[in-house]
Amino acid sequence: MNRTCASGYHGIPRWIYVIATVGGLLVVLPLLAMLVRVNWSQFLPLITSESSLDALGLSLRTSAASTLLCIVLGVPLALVLARGEFPAQRLLRSFVLLPLVLPPVVGGIALLYTFGRQGLLGKSLEVAGIQIAFSTTAVVLAQTFVALPFLVVSLEGALRTAGSKYEAVAATLGARPTTVLRRVTVPLVLPGLASGAVLSFARSLGEFGATLTFAGSLQGVTRTLPLEIYLQRETDADAAVALSLVLVAVAVAVVGLSYGRRVSVEVQP
Amino acid sequence: MTNIRTNVTALLVAAALAAGMAGCASNTTGPAATGNQPSGTITIFAAASLKATFTQLAQDFESKNPGTKVNLSFAGSADLATQITQGAPADVFASADNKNMAKLADAKLVVGTAKNFATNVLEIAVPPSNPASISSFADLSKPGVKVVVCASQVPCGAATETIEKASGTTLSPVSEESSVSDVLGKVVSQEADAGLVYVTDIKGAGNKVKGIPFPESGKAVNTYPIATVGTSKNTELARAFIAMVTGSEGQKVLSDAGFGPS
Repeated sequence: MNRTCASGYHGIPRWIYVIATVGGLLVVLPLLAMLVRVNWSQFLPLITSESSLDALGLSLRTSAASTLLCIVLGVPLALVLARGEFPAQRLLRSFVLLPLVLPPVVGGIALLYTFGRQGLLGKSLEVAGIQIAFSTTAVVLAQTFVALPFLVVSLEGALRTAGSKYEAVAATLGARPTTVLRRVTVPLVLPGLASGAVLSFARSLGEFGATLTFAGSLQGVTRTLPLEIYLQRETDADAAVALSLVLVAVAVAVVGLSYGRRVSVEVQP
Repeated sequence: MTNIRTNVTALLVAAALAAGMAGCASNTTGPAATGNQPSGTITIFAAASLKATFTQLAQDFESKNPGTKVNLSFAGSADLATQITQGAPADVFASADNKNMAKLADAKLVVGTAKNFATNVLEIAVPPSNPASISSFADLSKPGVKVVVCASQVPCGAATETIEKASGTTLSPVSEESSVSDVLGKVVSQEADAGLVYVTDIKGAGNKVKGIPFPESGKAVNTYPIATVGTSKNTELARAFIAMVTGSEGQKVLSDAGFGPS
């Protein structure tokens, strides 16, 4: 008993390792299979073609914009959900998290009926001279829609873990709520915010279904890297595989970065 | 143990003989005297644009040939060709263009030669109210008109490009979609003022869109070939299905849906 308490319990049955290996292979094997199919002699020309670079550039720009939008909108949302007290709080949380489990194409249809030319807000926006359909703005909106929950979940978790002791102390010392937020709360949860932002960026980068349904597909305007891969696959399998590898590399880097941060957050207290 | 096995084998042989006899008996009285009555299951891989017509033809085929089962799988022709070369169990492949059939033939996966069974041309699809007042192909290049087309990598986009070149009208589309159904969707939802899709797509969409035919469409006629797949385990049934598609009955169903004769 004592021994297990001191060093943690490590007696995992051996068969668990077998199943865990199968589970790991299910994820890793397809990635390896793709790696094997890469046409290395053509790799550089394929990923540096004009359409590929346009798609990569657009993906990076829109993902950065939607990550920024996620931070602007997601931080207040997470604060309200973690610290606020109001009726329908749990209901609000469920709705904010919905895009996590919703098929992206459903999100795209929903966005279409909101911001499309015939949509709920689209008609008024069109009168005001703002057209969202087929624009880069539509891509950013679609990405923000699917990525926002990642930031909210990460940050809300960080806020709950951090607790509100320091904030209470600051308030008793006479700091106004905005000062407390700026000087105490935000610095306290900065690692959580950073990991949430990184995850949002990764999710935006991979967004496909909502963009295809809502924004369309035009080189340099709305055709992001996943849409370019989907299109290239029709005619040029080598180009599709090469571009997929680029996306995998970026995703691995991003997730690795985020995971490293989260571990360090958990170790701190 | 051996006894049971012999009995089972005997039973199977008897059943097979009975089935064969039944087939012969029905053939002598039936209209088609082409030998054995086809039976069993076949899987048809068909281009997405054939969904409505082939679903109906498969039902007709099953009711005409009791004991047969036709499974259908619809997707883009390029996807289907890739799936078949990767070993997907298809008996018949019906492609929306010759290019993807040629891919299969190059991989030695076609029995004999493919038969052309239909053609399709592009038409302009607009919302029922025709908000941009489109009446010709040239109208699509008017400033401010939101046109959606297929990307040049897919067959409908290649046809669009051919027409652009032949007519000297250059379009500046707001979106180049990767499938014809995505183009149609943008017109149905009225996000786009016009889209270039196949005649059959407009017929299939009913009154959700209006079709505007244009003479330049004759410059890019898509031909649909059909063939038995080399790995088929029931080539006889596959051939019977192809005969139905290329025969008068299949041709009527196809022309009713807007397809042209091959």
